[in-house]
Amino acid sequence: MIKLDNVSKAFGNGASGLFDVTLAVEKGEFVFLVGHTGSGKTTLFRLLIRDMLPSKGTIMVGDFDVVKLPHQKISHLRKKIGVVFQDLKLLFDRTIFENVILPLELSGEKTLEAKKKVEDLLFQVGIIEQRNKFPIQLSGGELQRAAIARALILSPDILLADEPTGNLDPQTSKDIVKLLLDINEKGTTVIMATHNVDVVNKLTKRVVALDKGKIIRDEKKGKYGVS
Amino acid sequence: MAFLKTTWHHVRRSPYQAFAAIFIMLQTFFVVSIFTFVIFGSDKIINYFESLPQVIAFFKNEAKQESIDALKEQLIDTGKVSKVHFVSKQEALKIYEEKFKDDPLLLEFVTADILPSSLQISTEKIDDLSSISEALQKSSLVKEVVFPKDVITNLTDWTRALRKIGTALIVVLALDAIFIMVIITGIKISQRKEEIEIMRLLGATNWYIRWPFLFEGMMYGVVGAFFGWLFSVGLLWYSLPIITSFLRGIPLSLASPLLLAELLGTELLLAIFLGMFASSLAVLRYLK
Repeated sequence: MIKLDNVSKAFGNGASGLFDVTLAVEKGEFVFLVGHTGSGKTTLFRLLIRDMLPSKGTIMVGDFDVVKLPHQKISHLRKKIGVVFQDLKLLFDRTIFENVILPLELSGEKTLEAKKKVEDLLFQVGIIEQRNKFPIQLSGGELQRAAIARALILSPDILLADEPTGNLDPQTSKDIVKLLLDINEKGTTVIMATHNVDVVNKLTKRVVALDKGKIIRDEKKGKYGVS
Repeated sequence: MAFLKTTWHHVRRSPYQAFAAIFIMLQTFFVVSIFTFVIFGSDKIINYFESLPQVIAFFKNEAKQESIDALKEQLIDTGKVSKVHFVSKQEALKIYEEKFKDDPLLLEFVTADILPSSLQISTEKIDDLSSISEALQKSSLVKEVVFPKDVITNLTDWTRALRKIGTALIVVLALDAIFIMVIITGIKISQRKEEIEIMRLLGATNWYIRWPFLFEGMMYGVVGAFFGWLFSVGLLWYSLPIITSFLRGIPLSLASPLLLAELLGTELLLAIFLGMFASSLAVLRYLK
């Protein structure tokens, strides 16, 4: 499903990137990507959606050769990968409903079907009551759910969640992780970047640890710290 | 048609910018319409003067009818004359009475005897006026030759100058409109930089992002052109009675509905092109 082969990313300003990262993620897997701030987690996600190009190496996402992908095909790749961004990237002048329906509009899906899909998904993630509110009127947990709903609306094969429990209280974090596990159980490959030690240690899923842009650990049933 | 919704969002969120864009387009097309009317009107005035007798020869009282008829035949034989009309003293009196019917004081002491008979001559070409006029002045029968060539020449020169000024003004205003539209679209793009970035990350194609801006430019052009046309027609309708009373005798009328519709159609097409062109420039400049 996802294959990175000797991928490096160097930034001109000397900021941390990735160095010789080789990683394979199978279809339907749930992977925790752990590491300190600046270890390269977000860079890895940005490379997967071709928000930037690697300095070297190859990246395959499904049938897409991400590095060689022509510019006009980037939108096709991005519709296959749902992303919950670290800063959520919700549009604050649109309602939750309008935010979630946006990827469907971008795909040219018919309005009636699209509306039905959005209603169903908002119900699934538990914020159907908030559909006509603006992001500023929602709590942190509800905003995360809205971002997850938007990432899932196109039924992507892969979901990338960048620190989805950051700044949330333990109970809300637990609810969000449960939501991601439910999504994974339905067959979506989930990669979750996190600092949340409790969540990682409790679930015993695959853990890939990054440090200064290098993979220092990759365990099938791993813990946040060294096992 | 999601781009229509996005365009409406753009307009609703920055109404003052939308108003500025529409206003500059309105000004441009208002001037286009006004100059079109002025050019059509001045053409009508020139045609009116050209249709009038261009040379009038007033005869001495002692001039005999046979001699006048012989002179008329000579003029026709030159082949330069399109129309010759003899106005007798009696006819001259009728014309005079008709012209001053509302002013009895001017009619009181005027009789046919004191009015001269005349020949009213139109030429095929305006250039032949001089030779015909010279020939008449040489005749011993003729007391005076009225030769309004200067009026027509002046009017033609004025119309040419008006056309040049109008064209220059329209070009300057169109350039203004383009620059202002580029700036406004650029500001709008900058204001939505984050939104555009998010849309790209969610899989929006370049055209999905560009279309609302292009359509917005086109819409400003169309709305501005329509109101520019409407105001100019309103102004024409309001001022026509004043102009016709000033230019007494010259038959001016409101342009035909077909002509007005043709003008509107042409202006709308031009506005679509202008709006699209300006917003394309902005999109190419700010949305790389």
